[in-house]
Amino acid sequence: MSQPKSNKKPAIFFVAKEREPLFSKKNRALLKDPLDDNNPITVQVLGICSALAITVQLKPAVVMTLSVIAVMGASNVIVSILRNAIPNRIRIIVQLVVVASMVILVDQVLRAFAYDVSKQLSIFIGLIITNCIVMGRLEAFALGNGVWKSFLDGVGNAAGYGFMLILVAFFRELLGSGKLYGYQVIPDALYEMGYENNGLMLLSPMALITLGLIIWVQRARNRKLIEKN
Amino acid sequence: MDYINLFVKSIFIENMIFAYFLGMCSYLAVSKTVKTAVGLGFAVIFVLSITVPINYLLDNYLLKPGAMAWLGEDYAALDLSFLSFIMFIAVIASMVQLVEMIVEKFAPALYGALGIFLPLIAVNCAILGGSLFMQQKSFASIGESAVYGFGSGIGWLLAILAIAAIREKIAYSNVPAPLRGLGITFIITGLMAIGFMSFMGIKL
Repeated sequence: MSQPKSNKKPAIFFVAKEREPLFSKKNRALLKDPLDDNNPITVQVLGICSALAITVQLKPAVVMTLSVIAVMGASNVIVSILRNAIPNRIRIIVQLVVVASMVILVDQVLRAFAYDVSKQLSIFIGLIITNCIVMGRLEAFALGNGVWKSFLDGVGNAAGYGFMLILVAFFRELLGSGKLYGYQVIPDALYEMGYENNGLMLLSPMALITLGLIIWVQRARNRKLIEKN
Repeated sequence: MDYINLFVKSIFIENMIFAYFLGMCSYLAVSKTVKTAVGLGFAVIFVLSITVPINYLLDNYLLKPGAMAWLGEDYAALDLSFLSFIMFIAVIASMVQLVEMIVEKFAPALYGALGIFLPLIAVNCAILGGSLFMQQKSFASIGESAVYGFGSGIGWLLAILAIAAIREKIAYSNVPAPLRGLGITFIITGLMAIGFMSFMGIKL
């Protein structure tokens, strides 16, 4: 967030009347809010589907985060460019097609350069298409806002999503297999003293429970997020 | 017997929600009351059992490596599988639209019940997930894929029904304030998923 306020000419996409610096306070908020106050997973409840199944280890979670950032940034920009040309009635199909093409690109790139991870993520790369975050932000933001803002919003939300993903994966890999990013971090001495990896953390239900606990901590810290019932 | 085995497997062992977390978004958003949960659940069954067989046909006669062999020798080497995401999602989106129109025309009562849920379903991960799993499992016949789609839908309905019933009751209990709503729902779902894991390994 430390980029200097640039007073250069605004990007060509901007309508000339509002000379807003590229990283004005409002634009920075677009990027920063989704990390905590308006986190897509714990507050907006979007994109849970793929968030949980791939958090056994850090590596797939990181790759997934990068893929979602790429897809959301690109599709938000495209839909925002097209927003005045898309007829309202068929907008969902148009959005799906845009997102699907971006996902195909990401999928092919992964297959070419990171085949192991791509096998591990199996169908979950494809499921980015129906990841509610992508559609949700397209509907809620990109359809009504300019290109640069939509880009920031897309990247910010994807980063907020990835932040949660990596947090859950961190705990599951650490407690479940004593490793981080594939490297052992719990010293052998501890195992000799009788420490055991908690195999339950590797099973899918623990992803839900870990996320539930993370939400608890977040809301205890940030009390304005507490729900009524 | 294979069909029954597959059916039970897709409902309990490979439950869309408890084993793969597919369709979580609508599962969390629409599970506040049992009535709406049932409506969405039936809509999901409906759409899954239509789209999975259709996508099976597409996959086998159009997309798979060598699937176009029926068009002649020249096409036998084609591999269009990279197009499967876009094809599947297009089929799903248009089927949902079609189903919505048909239901509205011929069964207005059902439309009244399902109406608002149908558009939601196009972006339900469980639907696309069903098709993608179908592709991954390479079923032997269209019958198997139809049974798989139907079974997954029923599994999804069971899951959302159960959580909605629990959430209706939990309104009367004293949950710690920061855990209310989303947090407790996640933890309950986790516990239910542990319960569902006991089905693992069942064969009929």
